[in-house]
Amino acid sequence: MRNGKLMVAPTVLWLSFFFVVPLLIVVAVSFASRTPYGQVIFDWTLGNYARFTETLYLSIFADTLIVALITTVLTILLGYPLAYFIAQLPQKWQQPGLILVMIPFWINFLIRSYAWVIILRTQGVLNTILLKFGLIDQPLQMLYNEVAVMLGMVYALLPFMVLPIYVSIEQLDHRLLEAASDLGASPFTAFRKITLPLTMPGIAAGTILVFISSLGMFVVPDVMGGAKSALIGNLIQNQFLSARDWPFGSALSIVLAVLSLVLIVLYYKALSSQQGGGKNAKDMA
Amino acid sequence: MPKTWRSHVLCAYAMAILAFLYLPLLILALYSFNESRINAVWSGFTFDWYLALFKNRRVLEALTNSLIVAFASTIVSTVLGTTAAIALNKYQYKYKSVINGLLYLPILIPEIVMGLSLLVLFSQAHIPLGKTSLILAHITFCVSFVVITVNARLEGMRPELEQAAMDLYATPFQTFRYVTLPLAMPGIVAGALMAFTLSIDDFIISFFVAGPNSTTLPLYIYAMVKRGISPEINALSTLLMLATIILVIIAQLLQPQHISKKEE
Amino acid sequence: MKEMIRLQGISKKFGDHIIIPSIDLTIHDGEFITLLGPSGCGKTTLLRMIAGLEQPTDGKIFLDDEDVTKLPPYKRDVNMVFQNYALFPHMTVEENIHFGLKMKNVPMDEQKERVEQVLYLTQLEELRKRRPQQMSGGQQQRVAIARALVNNPKVLLLDEPLGALDYQLRKNLQLELKNLQRGLGLTFIYVTHDQEEALTMSDRIVVMNKGVIEQDDNPDTIYHTPKTKFVAKFIGESNFFEHPTGETSVVRPEKLNLCPEDEENFTHPEPQLYGTVVDVVFYGTIDKVFVRLDNSNQTVVAYQYFDDVKRWQPDERVGIWWQPQDEVIVHK
Repeated sequence: MRNGKLMVAPTVLWLSFFFVVPLLIVVAVSFASRTPYGQVIFDWTLGNYARFTETLYLSIFADTLIVALITTVLTILLGYPLAYFIAQLPQKWQQPGLILVMIPFWINFLIRSYAWVIILRTQGVLNTILLKFGLIDQPLQMLYNEVAVMLGMVYALLPFMVLPIYVSIEQLDHRLLEAASDLGASPFTAFRKITLPLTMPGIAAGTILVFISSLGMFVVPDVMGGAKSALIGNLIQNQFLSARDWPFGSALSIVLAVLSLVLIVLYYKALSSQQGGGKNAKDMA
Repeated sequence: MPKTWRSHVLCAYAMAILAFLYLPLLILALYSFNESRINAVWSGFTFDWYLALFKNRRVLEALTNSLIVAFASTIVSTVLGTTAAIALNKYQYKYKSVINGLLYLPILIPEIVMGLSLLVLFSQAHIPLGKTSLILAHITFCVSFVVITVNARLEGMRPELEQAAMDLYATPFQTFRYVTLPLAMPGIVAGALMAFTLSIDDFIISFFVAGPNSTTLPLYIYAMVKRGISPEINALSTLLMLATIILVIIAQLLQPQHISKKEE
Repeated sequence: MKEMIRLQGISKKFGDHIIIPSIDLTIHDGEFITLLGPSGCGKTTLLRMIAGLEQPTDGKIFLDDEDVTKLPPYKRDVNMVFQNYALFPHMTVEENIHFGLKMKNVPMDEQKERVEQVLYLTQLEELRKRRPQQMSGGQQQRVAIARALVNNPKVLLLDEPLGALDYQLRKNLQLELKNLQRGLGLTFIYVTHDQEEALTMSDRIVVMNKGVIEQDDNPDTIYHTPKTKFVAKFIGESNFFEHPTGETSVVRPEKLNLCPEDEENFTHPEPQLYGTVVDVVFYGTIDKVFVRLDNSNQTVVAYQYFDDVKRWQPDERVGIWWQPQDEVIVHK
């Protein structure tokens, strides 16, 4: 096993070839041009990036950011209490609780969005019930609009928020809370002054996961939003599959990837500075 | 913990959110047993849609494709991921942060970017789209999950166990064979199950790199969803969900419980 | 006595951090030797170097006259009992004990015989099919010892083997271990930070501080004639007296005697010092009497046994005397 160190090599090579190289090619293609038939030709141009300034694309970009932002806020509001609830369950209920959150995390977006189509469509479950109880006379048009997309996004990405928050609450030293209440803090004060700041890394991790995932999301708008509610993800999907404008699609996805990477790097920067602080706090205790 | 109104409110809120997460999936499953083909009115219980699936040649083809791709990519990604995790745990690397970045970025980057970049690679390298391209792509996104899962297991393992084996005359290879590997095994199995789940469930990346004759189950479902609602999709989705749930539960039970750390 | 282990100029650095500057030490066959010191004094590092789990930066290690400095742990005829036992959780007690013999390719018949012997010796026969996590700390401890002993090592290394157990169990196992060692005539190198454990079990104690040997003697000598201030402080309780000559001497509290300040017709030596009792603290078998010395801020402690005639009270004036041979000069 003298060469055991090299055991990491196959994986590194694999990911270099199938992850890094493709990204580099995409970067190259994003500066390339195309023939009228959709062939990529390597005539270098900045034109693909310049097209962002067109109003149509700017508004799609803005829409995507707004949807991502709202999704993130809503998943925090919905996810934190759930994570907190599971983390404070008795030991033997923690594992089942955790599995309960894990499962939707693993079922794909397609099926989970489709489930909402069954509920919300014109002849869907909800309309049928509402009609039956006479609450409405006409079926409501609930699908294929921005609200439906928001709902689908929150639904799809909620587990991404719950899991990291759960982990951070679970790791919390409960003696700190006991100490706080011993020192006269009300449960609310203890939560605000201790639990919330100490679980910030979990919220941050969840925020990164949810925000990045919603930026690149195309399944939910595709299934639940129809043609009107396109986001960046759908725009990219279209460039590659219907419009056959790979250079523009590449430029779009490079912007998306760079934006994601910047967020990830910012997150790690924040995390490592916070961890330094956390360590000191631990030493003092 | 004393039962106060606060904990009751919290409990009710949590239950409501769990219901929000699960009700749509339950409704989807429920309607796969509904006799009526067109609307949401419950007209009677039936297994017909499931039987229809097993008679549908294209569904069976998609299932075969999915299984071939899932098995192949699980095997390769488990071997790659396990060796990498063991090496990273055992040895010091000068460029460890670069290697870690390479291992974790595929999880963090938007799937759509990974999917289209692989499509671009395959087209530039003249690799035809089909089962091979699917397998190559699936291995790529599964490896990182295997590394993380196996690593979690190895990190929970005390280094003294390997030292004790060495002290008891085990050569490095015997130490690996009789101590490290058996102790890491639950993590490796969990990693493999995750890889399998990810692969069989993947839609986004497959969407870009599948060819006309390599439709997988999620791709087939997508094509049907785009054409409209049908109880067969409900049945197929329900089966896929069920498979995922079972795999996730097994994988989860095999994971080291970070809950137990607290007791130390 | 035959020499079993010789450490020659052993030093250890981790990066720029010097753990052990340089140590020479000889250990004889059949000896129970204890490396005693506070955490971070280098005693565990020294033990791990003998096991082969750490490489010395400099120096040589001889085992039974063979230079083993460069040998990996699996080629050294020594075995270790780890601090938290390090039992293999995926094996039963029996499998754990078999492990070393299996790795050494000992014939199966002999393996069985030796495992039986050691199971009997450590009273583990009924627990053989258990897994470590189904056993108490004391039982796990026994398995760890059995797993090491079964290999008939030339030297058994024990790294704080009783550290994780509660007080009463520790007391019992101390005796058991000592009897085991004496019965087998095996060389034990025992690492601990517990001075009481070291005093009761060892033939010889090596007191270490910051990687340096402060004193290397039998327990009686270590206790009664500590060579350095560190040894006197670390082992037992001590009263230190600074002399005008610049020397420091130490007197153990049980050697300090108190008498009334104005006592007449005494038969003992003249009190060397006078002071006022400031506190008397109950300690079970004894009371500790704290006395503030006149003309200085120093407080000394003396023991008051319950069969003593005189019971001291705070604020009483006392004379303090001791036999000259009970005062030991120590080095800084």
